[in-house]
Formats: sequence, C-alpha cells, structure tokens
Amino acid sequence: MTDTIALAEPLGTFEEQALPATRVRGYWQSVFYRLRHDPVTLIFAAIVLLVVSAAIFAPLIAPFDPYKESIVGRLKPFGWRGHLLGTDELGRDMLSRLLYGGRVSLLMGVVPVLIASLIGGLLGVVGGFVGGRSNTAIMRTMDVFYAFPSVLLAVAIAGAMGGGMANGMLALTLVFIPPMCRVAETATTQVRALDFIEAARATGARTITIIRYHVLGNVLGPVFIYASSLVSVSILLASGLSFLGLGVRPPVPDWGLMLSTLRQSIYVVPLVCGLPGLAIFITSICCNLVSDGLRAAMDVRM
Amino acid sequence: MPDSLALDPRDRGGLQQPLLIAHDLRKHFPVKGSGGKSVQAVDGVSFTVGKGETLGIVGESGCGKSTLARLLLHLVKPDAGELVFDGDAVGVPDGIAVGALRRQVQMVFQDSYSSLNPRMPVRDSVAFGPFVQGEKKDEARRIARDMLGKVGLDPELFGPRYPHELSGGQKQRVNIARALATGPRMVILDEPVSALDKSIEAQVLNLLRALKRQFNLTYVFISHDLNVVQYLSDRVLVMYLGRAVEIGPIDAIFERPLHPYTRALLASRPSMDPARRIEVPPITGDPPNPIDPPSGCRFHTRCPFAESVCETSDPVLDAWEGPQSHVAACHIRDPLSGHTRSRKA
Repeated sequence: MTDTIALAEPLGTFEEQALPATRVRGYWQSVFYRLRHDPVTLIFAAIVLLVVSAAIFAPLIAPFDPYKESIVGRLKPFGWRGHLLGTDELGRDMLSRLLYGGRVSLLMGVVPVLIASLIGGLLGVVGGFVGGRSNTAIMRTMDVFYAFPSVLLAVAIAGAMGGGMANGMLALTLVFIPPMCRVAETATTQVRALDFIEAARATGARTITIIRYHVLGNVLGPVFIYASSLVSVSILLASGLSFLGLGVRPPVPDWGLMLSTLRQSIYVVPLVCGLPGLAIFITSICCNLVSDGLRAAMDVRM
Repeated sequence: MPDSLALDPRDRGGLQQPLLIAHDLRKHFPVKGSGGKSVQAVDGVSFTVGKGETLGIVGESGCGKSTLARLLLHLVKPDAGELVFDGDAVGVPDGIAVGALRRQVQMVFQDSYSSLNPRMPVRDSVAFGPFVQGEKKDEARRIARDMLGKVGLDPELFGPRYPHELSGGQKQRVNIARALATGPRMVILDEPVSALDKSIEAQVLNLLRALKRQFNLTYVFISHDLNVVQYLSDRVLVMYLGRAVEIGPIDAIFERPLHPYTRALLASRPSMDPARRIEVPPITGDPPNPIDPPSGCRFHTRCPFAESVCETSDPVLDAWEGPQSHVAACHIRDPLSGHTRSRKA
C-alpha cells in the first residue's frame, strides 16, 4: 500500500460537499433570474415588444387610413393638420403607414429566419453528427450557395420567381439556410468530439436519442444567437427586395418600400423621409441586443 | 477477491469462466496523406479478465491504452480480433450483440469535465443510461438519486447542479455514478484519477474499491501511475507501443518483473526514500513512432539488453494458463531464441 492511501478519509462522509455555496435553481428559474438583473436587455426587450405590439394593433392605434391619399397634403412636415409624423409623397399619413409597415417588415424579418433555422439547423446537426460523406455532401452544397453575396442571391432568387411577399420570404429563407447550417454543423462537430457523447454511446443509446438529449441542447445556443442576429439582416434584406420592387408591391406599406419611394423627396422633408430607415435601424439593433442578452442568460456555464 | 464473490444473476459460465477474453485485438488508424500508412494503436493484444478481479493496464502515453479501452466496448470498431464476454463472442451472429454488451460493461473516462454534458444537471446525466435502457423517467431519476448517494454526493444538493459547479473530484464521482447506474458487471476505468490531485485521488480510489465490493464488479483499470495500479489491481498487463509485453499477478510483476520494459517502468517510480534516489534514468528517449514501429521486438531500440536477434525476430507472449500465470514477450525468457542471456535466465 502506498503513502497516498493512508491519507484517505473514510467513505460515506460527504467531505467535499460544503464547497459551493450557490443556491440551487432550476434551469428556467436561473435564466429569469439572470434576465431580471440585466437592465440593458430588459430595456431593449421592452422596445422590441413595443414595436411588435404596435404592428399587431396597428388597426386600433393608427390615426388615419394608411391608403388614404391627399393631393394637397403631400410631403408635409411633422404635426401638419394632425398628421403627427407628417405625410408621404402621396399625402398618406406617415405614422399609420409606419405602423402597418411594421407588420410586413417584421413578418419578413422573422418568418424566413425561423424556417431557415429549422431546416439549416437540422441539416447541420445531422451532417455534423453523422460526419463522413453525408456531411461533405451537405456542406459542399451549402458552400455553393455561400459563394454568392447574400443580397445578390436573394435578388436572383426573388427575381427568378417573381415579386410578391411569399416569394420574397422564400428567397430569404433559401439565403439563410447555408449560414444557419454552417453554424449548427460547427457547433455539433465540437460537441461530438467530447467524451460525454462517447459515454452516451456506451450506454447503448441510439444516435437519434443522443442527438435529442445531448447534442441539441449544446447546439441550440449558437443557433439561437445567430438566428436572432439574422432577424435584423432579414428585415434589411426584405426592405432591399421591396426597394428593388421584388418584395412587397405598392401601395402596401413596408418600411423598405417606403424608404425607396421617399428617397426622392429627401431634400423636401428630410426628417419624414428618414423615418422608415429609423424604424428599421431601431428594430434591428434592439433585436441584436436582446438576443445577445438572452444568450448570456441562457448560458448555464456563466 | 473471487472467493467471496456471489454470482450475478446474469452470470452464464460460472466463476471459472473468464468474464472477458480479448483475443488478438487490433486497431490501426489510417494516417491521411501518408500513402496508406497507419498508426498501429493496438496491434494484437490478448488477455483475459476473470470474474471479480481487477486487471490493471499500464504503459507510457501513446502506447494504445485508451484505444484498447474503447475497443473493449466497441466504441471503436476493432480491425481484427475477438472479444468474448462471459462465453459469448461480441458482435457476431451467434454471440452477444454490441448493445447487449453495453448493458453489462460501462466506462469511466479520464477527463471528468468533458465526459459530462455541460448543459445537463448531473442527475439527468446519471439518469440517462437507465432511461435509454428502458426505465421509466421517474424510475431512472430514482436510480440516479440512489447512485449519487452511493458515490458520496448528496442527491438533493448535487443532483440539480451543472458540471461546472462541481470540483474535479465531485465530477469524477458523478461519472462513476453514471457508469454504475445501468447496473454493469464490468467497468472500464480509463485513467479515472490521473486528472485529480493526490488527496482526491485517494478518496476516489477508495470509493472505487468499496463500490467493487458492494456491486460485485469486475474492473479493467487503465493508468500510467504504477502506484495507483498496484493499489487496486489483482493482475497487471504492461503495454508497449500497441502490444502487450507482460502479464501477471500484481505481486509477481512488482517483485519479479520479467520484461526489461517493465523493469524500467518500475525503476522510474519516484522513490519515497531519500537515501535511494534514482540517479541514472532507467529508460531514455521517446517511444518510437507507432506509424513505423521497429522491426522485431518493438522495445529493442531502447532496451539495454538488445541483441541482433531482437531486431530480426518478434518475441511472442506465451498463452494464458490461468490467473496465476506470469508471462513476458522477451527473447531473454525463451531458451531457444538465441539471445545470449536466455540460457542464464
């Protein structure tokens, strides 16, 4: 018997247990706890919530009909005859159009990202976990799409399929699948090499069970943060499509479309013309900051 | 020890039948861009593990110990060779399926942190094994609570914690609980204490000893630390460069090592007596490249007794003749080999 053994303490005593003194919380409890103590995220989350509810309740709060034109009231500044944020080049109320435009823009921002995260994430996780030839096949296909700049790709796809909101969303979804897949694949490959996956295999668990219980939880974080940063990109790209006439068609209000049509009047009423851009900017930056805060709160290792 | 061992209900061949027989296991990892060369991680290793015993496996870093451990569970598919678990060949049509093997053999890994899912409370990591093997969720949780208690962790206090909230020793206890939660008969311990400091190491070793008694376990204990192996093992297998060079009972190996490599390993242990310091390094140089191992005896490049016969002919390890047999793969042990020392031996 060696010297080290003589030092051993008797078994059954919980000798190490006094060490960590943190309170034991459930997962969601600790996430909410961390969120509550993060005022920056809370403020920006409130702004996002405000923008979203304004879009949802647009018919209730909009002071005017967003389609009602007026020959005399074109391009008026803030506060002209009750038009709080002025009027556009056809005399329509800017505030009402911004509220209604938020509906389209937010939809175009969220839906493609959601679908792309599902499809791209799934492809990435399966490819990354299975590895070998199927992974190579998936990832090289994605690389082909990667070769094009995302704006160009979106324009090309939307252009080929014709304009309209549904086609615009489809184009954006296709654009977002490759980067989403890449993020999920990278995260999966990192997780797959760890011993706990091997330990799970040693219990005889099937691949699908291991992916469900051990891989998804570890991949969700990176995918989530990346997806939320894509929401703002998606709003901007959707605006770009509408700007080029490939997304929403006039007279439907959309922030990108409004920016596009108002740009000719930028010297007449600069403040009014900048409003759609400001809306896009605020929404995207708030989405980014909220996602950043959420990721931090959801990281159990913090 | 085997004499006090109660038979497991799943036992098939009785105490005389070894629990695990590995025959000529081989695993070569191809090296990309080398023109068909491969790392000979495990190259024809055979041994047996009796019921209720602890077989220690020792060797330098890179000698194939961990690959061997993974081969035993088919976590890595062997290129050649057979595994026989309690009389049933593993992974062949008439034998025991790999899935069934994994119900009876479990493994504890060296890196206690990466072997636990960082986003899972440790009680769920422990409950995962029973759950995938068919227990209901509640029952799996109950087993997990029970096992955490058995390894000396309060289930109420530690169960809901995440791995990063535990110390190295606590994490390794969780890993042991996870391995035992499925009720295995055999546990492969791949350097379970080498990442722990000395006082925690001793606690974990004592825990492993007590659990072995309590659950009638059979251990394959892999380590590079001879003191640790000596404390826990009944028999020892010494590996060098993918081969088994010596197998024997623990006392025989430590008192009368047969192979020059085993002697060098034993001599390299730090002495506890200041009057008996090691002055001459017992072994020099790095192990040869396993991609291109030396001809003949793989140890001849570092062996003080190497002769021409060692470069040309490969010494064989004698067959297993029961738990007390002590054999080494060395020409000096073989009177017919032509080695000048062999006649004296």
